[in-house]
Amino acid sequence: MTVYLLRRILQSLMVLLAMSVIVFVGVYAIGDPVEILISPDADQMERERAIAALGLDLPLWQQYLVFLQNALRGDLGRSFVFNEPALQLILNRMPATLELAFGAMFLSVLIGLPLGLYAGLKPESIGSRVIMAGSILGFSLPTFWVGLMLIMVFAVQLGWLPSSGRGETVQILGLHWSFLTANGWSHLAMPAFNLALFKISLVIRLTRSGVREAMLMDYVKFARAKGLSPARVTFVHVFKNILIPVVTVVGLELGSTIAFSVVTETVFAWPGMGKLIIDSINVLDRPVIVAYLMVIVLMFITINLIVDILYSVLDPRVRLESKA
Amino acid sequence: MSDTTAPAPVEAKEETPFRRFVSEFAANKVAVGGLLVFVTIALLAIFAPWIAPQNPYDLAQLDIMDGRLPPGEVGGTGITHWLGTDDQGRDMLSGIIYGLRISLIVGIGSAIIACLVGASLGLLAAYAGGRTDSFIMRLVDLQLSFPTILAALMILAFLGKGVLNVVIALVIVEWAYYARTVRGSALVERRREYIEAAQCLVLPTRRILFRHLFPNCLPPLIVIGTIQIARAIALEATLSFLGLGVPITEPSLGLLIANGFEYMLSGNYWISFYPGIALLITIVSINLMGDHLRDVLNPRLKK
Repeated sequence: MTVYLLRRILQSLMVLLAMSVIVFVGVYAIGDPVEILISPDADQMERERAIAALGLDLPLWQQYLVFLQNALRGDLGRSFVFNEPALQLILNRMPATLELAFGAMFLSVLIGLPLGLYAGLKPESIGSRVIMAGSILGFSLPTFWVGLMLIMVFAVQLGWLPSSGRGETVQILGLHWSFLTANGWSHLAMPAFNLALFKISLVIRLTRSGVREAMLMDYVKFARAKGLSPARVTFVHVFKNILIPVVTVVGLELGSTIAFSVVTETVFAWPGMGKLIIDSINVLDRPVIVAYLMVIVLMFITINLIVDILYSVLDPRVRLESKA
Repeated sequence: MSDTTAPAPVEAKEETPFRRFVSEFAANKVAVGGLLVFVTIALLAIFAPWIAPQNPYDLAQLDIMDGRLPPGEVGGTGITHWLGTDDQGRDMLSGIIYGLRISLIVGIGSAIIACLVGASLGLLAAYAGGRTDSFIMRLVDLQLSFPTILAALMILAFLGKGVLNVVIALVIVEWAYYARTVRGSALVERRREYIEAAQCLVLPTRRILFRHLFPNCLPPLIVIGTIQIARAIALEATLSFLGLGVPITEPSLGLLIANGFEYMLSGNYWISFYPGIALLITIVSINLMGDHLRDVLNPRLKK
């Protein structure tokens, strides 16, 4: 087990290192930051001073080594635009993104589970057909367009919800959170629902197929034969068993929810990491792009590592196979 | 069937897998509906210059005074704008028809290239086995462990905007799906007798791979391909909406939607609404076909 663990961690570190090379070369080798950052009116002296200050005069491999050295100390460069440490900038925006992502995950379970349960218990009813058709639509609808339509209906036409921003925030542990104020909730509702749409469809389908399978199991037949009420069979016996795969999948989707929040944040002007990265790509603020990609890559590699380790704990075949 | 006097060869033709496939596909009305809608959309896109009321790229035809007309109004140029106009006075219907062109070219083009790349690597992995196989599959796993939007974002951050770069990004994001699918079915097929027979005849490896192994791996590939085209179109629209996709001079549906964003807050809904509907119809029609193709081409469901 220890050997497997060490090998798996080493593998993750290799991937991380490889990704850092790809990200660095990709961002620094293509395009010329000098053109963008230094005013065209600047004379030769000023240009050279600025290039030296940004470390852009060194050869690429040397720039990479400096970058790697600094990265290990938690320094991913200073933003060209904000003139702040890039990592700091990303981490400051992270709570907003995490709030949005967790809000979306919560909504997807809250809405998806009951609908999926209904569709699984009464697969032939009209309501179930509507739910399943809705879930196909949920997979097909482009997220950003749904976001725009939500704004059009709830913000412009009805005026119920604000169209952008985060609203009032409360400071806890030095971080700003908007889910603790009523105003913050009204700002969070639409973006979280928009981001959740795809996951709701996923949860509906998972729950439905889980319920349909569970209903045929012997323990359900036994519980019924014992004379338990249908409500008890559904909510205690069936529900507990379908919850495991649903929670697992929703947990696994956390990473992709954070990645897809780029789109939702842009639509609703939500001040998270995703909005920052799009703005940074548009002005070629390289340190921020690199810092964002490294943070996200690190996050993904960690999630994948934890999932793999959990699997190997639960299923001995995985670690035996990797030895062979 | 109706012509009993038909000669034998024709009757033999009735038995071909393709014929069977066509008749099974035609049995599902929803899938045929999806196909019809998709063909209509494709025809609209192909014959855009003859169908669209206006050439949306020709600035001489635009009148800025016609800007943001609601649907159904007649503009200064004498054209009835059934879907309204955008801020430049561009007819939305024409913009959508031309936008469909870009969306379909990028979506289908990237799917075809990704399919070629992915299928070749998948075949190679299955046929060569060993280190080649584990290397290619390691790459596939790595690619699939990152969400598509993130990978595409990363590539476009490196390459910059532009139609070609979007296609490259979509290909890099999608090849892994094809590779995994083809490898899966090729691993099964390569153990069959006909491959053994071909190897005994000492046919060149390339010939065995592409003439014998590949055609038998096609059915799952068609299913994945259909679904991936829909995904590619949606992803391209998303990237263009984020301002990382196609340039403003050749707007795809995603960019048209993005253009209408700022005007929507002042109530001019049609600039974003109708391109979105066009996008939705395109994606749903492809998905409906894909869903049914999966049933028709799945050998496990064959009687």
